[in-house]
Amino acid sequence: MPFTPPKESYNGKIFELALGSGEKALAIGGENVLSFHGFEGSTPRKPVIAMEVQDIAPADWPQTVQDVYKDVSGDPVAWALHCQDKLGAEAIALRLTGTHPDKGDISAEQAAATVKKVLEAIKVPLIILGSNHAEKDTAVLVKAAEAAKGSNCVIGKAQEANYKTIAAAAMANDLKLIAMSELDINLSKQLNILITQMGFDREKLITDPMCSALSYGLEYTYSVMERIKLAALAQNDPVLQPPMLADAGMYVWKVKETQAPEAGLPEWGSLAERGIAWEAVTASSFLVSGADMLIMRHPAAVEAVKKFIAEMEV
Amino acid sequence: MALTGVEIFKLLPKTNCKKCGQPTCLAFAMKLAQRQVSLDQCPDVSEESKQKLGEASAPPIRPVTLGAGTRAVKMGEETVLFRHEKKFVNPCAFAVKIEDTLSEADAAKKIDEVLASEIDRVGQKLRVDAMFLSNDSGDAAKLEALAKLAAQKAPDVPVIISTVNPDAAGAALGHFSGKNAVLYGANAGNLPAMAEKAKAAKAALGIAAKNLDELSDLTEKAKGLGIEDMVIDSGARKAGEILRDNTYIRRAALKKGIKQVGYPVINFAERGDEMLESLVAGLAVKKYGSIVVLGAVRKWKDLVLFSLRQNIYTDPQVPMQVQQKVYKIGEPGPKSPFLITTNFSLTYFIVSGEIENCKVPCRLAVMDSEGLSVLTAWAAGKFTASRISQFITESGIGEELEQKELIIPGYVAILSGAIEDKLPGWKITVGPREANGLPAFLKARA
Ligand code: B12
Ligand code: SF4
Repeated sequence: MPFTPPKESYNGKIFELALGSGEKALAIGGENVLSFHGFEGSTPRKPVIAMEVQDIAPADWPQTVQDVYKDVSGDPVAWALHCQDKLGAEAIALRLTGTHPDKGDISAEQAAATVKKVLEAIKVPLIILGSNHAEKDTAVLVKAAEAAKGSNCVIGKAQEANYKTIAAAAMANDLKLIAMSELDINLSKQLNILITQMGFDREKLITDPMCSALSYGLEYTYSVMERIKLAALAQNDPVLQPPMLADAGMYVWKVKETQAPEAGLPEWGSLAERGIAWEAVTASSFLVSGADMLIMRHPAAVEAVKKFIAEMEV
Repeated sequence: MALTGVEIFKLLPKTNCKKCGQPTCLAFAMKLAQRQVSLDQCPDVSEESKQKLGEASAPPIRPVTLGAGTRAVKMGEETVLFRHEKKFVNPCAFAVKIEDTLSEADAAKKIDEVLASEIDRVGQKLRVDAMFLSNDSGDAAKLEALAKLAAQKAPDVPVIISTVNPDAAGAALGHFSGKNAVLYGANAGNLPAMAEKAKAAKAALGIAAKNLDELSDLTEKAKGLGIEDMVIDSGARKAGEILRDNTYIRRAALKKGIKQVGYPVINFAERGDEMLESLVAGLAVKKYGSIVVLGAVRKWKDLVLFSLRQNIYTDPQVPMQVQQKVYKIGEPGPKSPFLITTNFSLTYFIVSGEIENCKVPCRLAVMDSEGLSVLTAWAAGKFTASRISQFITESGIGEELEQKELIIPGYVAILSGAIEDKLPGWKITVGPREANGLPAFLKARA
């Protein structure tokens, strides 16, 4: 008895977003079906993994991830080039952690200088991230956006508390913008509306519905992403049609499972592999639920997710 | 094809006698169509209607039990495609592949690893659920030797026998009678003989098809041979094929009522690269696998996959919660520290785990915050100074303590003054932010 595959098609389509410039420029999004559902529609772009780099040495990362970058992590340019040239990163996410008032309170001007240097050094697209301090980020990201003018890179994150300034800066310097809300489809929708009401082109937005780590809220991010994707496609809701981002690494590498040595918890097995698997499983879960772009930390986890993406093509 | 409420109504007695507990036959029919009631609640339905309706009211994905006793695993019975619609019902089983080409010592080692895989996680005991005994040698005697070893060493662990040779199947299954084993490997060439062996051993039949067309053909034929319980494999091996076929199967069963694919799905994730294996297994967990076959047991991989399965199979409406009360950890005396947290399972188990590890006896007050984490509960107004002080007062715990001191989570340090105002005579101490700071914090006080 022949089996008729029950295919789904949708009216909606995710916006296709171009990032960076020159030969290493990229695009994400463009699909008119759920993630990896190329068997029933069009998925023109593969998901992109941006590797995370910081403006200061990552003292609060677990030793296992600090160690892989120990020769370069004191210098954001060297670190970014290492990721691009040695590790084959398709994009770099520069997190300006050092600007946080509790982590050095580096000035906006100095942060902008770092952005400029990194941008000049690398060929792959850049994602500029603040320190997630809503107030300080407004100052830092405005300067950073000026430094990145014309590079067609991404800046973020604009949140409910600070979106006006950051969205205006992204608009003035022709950058793509990440809009982050807190694990709720309606909040996500609302923020995207507020930003577009300022005159920001919604086809230049990236939605970050807020990430979480495996075992620490993964199911919330997973389901919010699925709901956003379904609303974008099935209900053809343009407000929810920007591509989605999962900023996975930062959530993963602070949970106990990625830090506790095997000696104290023999039933948890090898720490090295456990940490990498924690990041790779978290990140790949969000690709399956709808993310078009990931931010990750450990090269071995990135490698595993790349292999997974390759295997997902049929 | 599932029947509509009106179609079902036509087959009912139409007397509106209310014996089913519904006001009318039509109301009963509507509920039956949505699977909210079961047909046997109507005592007067005719045999003929019963047969027609039985077919139609059966769950779209047949329930099948793997194994017997306390380690038995229920599969199937899923009702939705996306977990936000409704809770996924029966968590998938992890099975580890044990080849009959291994030496007896190596096979025994793998069986021991399955037995030792149990982990306590957020109050649940999780483990590698089953053994997939694989006839890689093609030799019936080798498979039987492996079956015998497995049955001896791990009599309670559910088993899937994998072979394409009906004779080998029969001999191996002999060691698992009454154990709800699965016989996997029925294909176009061996179906009738395999069906015989499965029936004789009361095992479910695992269909190994090359593609979806062949799959629905084989399940139809197996059904004709009297097989009810099946586990199905469309032949998908690459991750992308697993997603495609599992999605088609789930949709066909749920949305189109296609019975030929309304069975639990078995997926194969074994890869030489175990990191990639974890991701492919994770895909099967998320996207509709009921049995996921792994190549090897590793503790790190178990922890990752068990956690993922737990996340995906939680109820999207109700976070996992623990009961509100003051828990004793160790044997606390009047001088032992007293701490408070919320009743989100994850929060409770992380915090109580850290306290247990550092062996300082404590009292831990767990306050009902509708299953929200500390910060979420605080942001949602469920973990506030007035609610905390009311709970502490009502618990009467102050009587048991020499000094009335309450340790609060570091993330809600902001509450300390307000709680102190509302709890006269109490000292409020701000603990560390992360629970992993608790051992050092508690030891420093002891
Ligand atoms: C998953 C999640 C949710 C889930 C709920 C999950 C749940 N069951 O609680 C959902 C989506 C429902 C949700 C909703 C909201 N959320 Co929320 N959510 C999260 C998220 C991502 C993870 C929370 C979590 O599971 N943590 C894990 C548990 C184990 O952590 P924990 O309980 O805090 O316990 C740790 C410590 O506190 C400590 N600890 C615990 N107890 C004790 C006791 C003592 C004595 C000590 C010393 C230590 C200690 O140990 C634990 C491990 O270290 C966090 C962000 C994040 N990554 O933390 C935001 C977060 C908590 N949410 C936040 C907000 C604002 C909300 C909402 C108000 C917003 C919204 N989306 O509508 C709502 C409110 C809920 C409601 N019903 O109205 C904010 C809170 C901001 C703040 N600082 O106040 C956060 C921090 C996100 C953010 N950065 O903005 N959320
Ligand atoms: S018990 Fe049967 S006959 Fe009576 S009302 Fe219910 S459905 Fe109708």
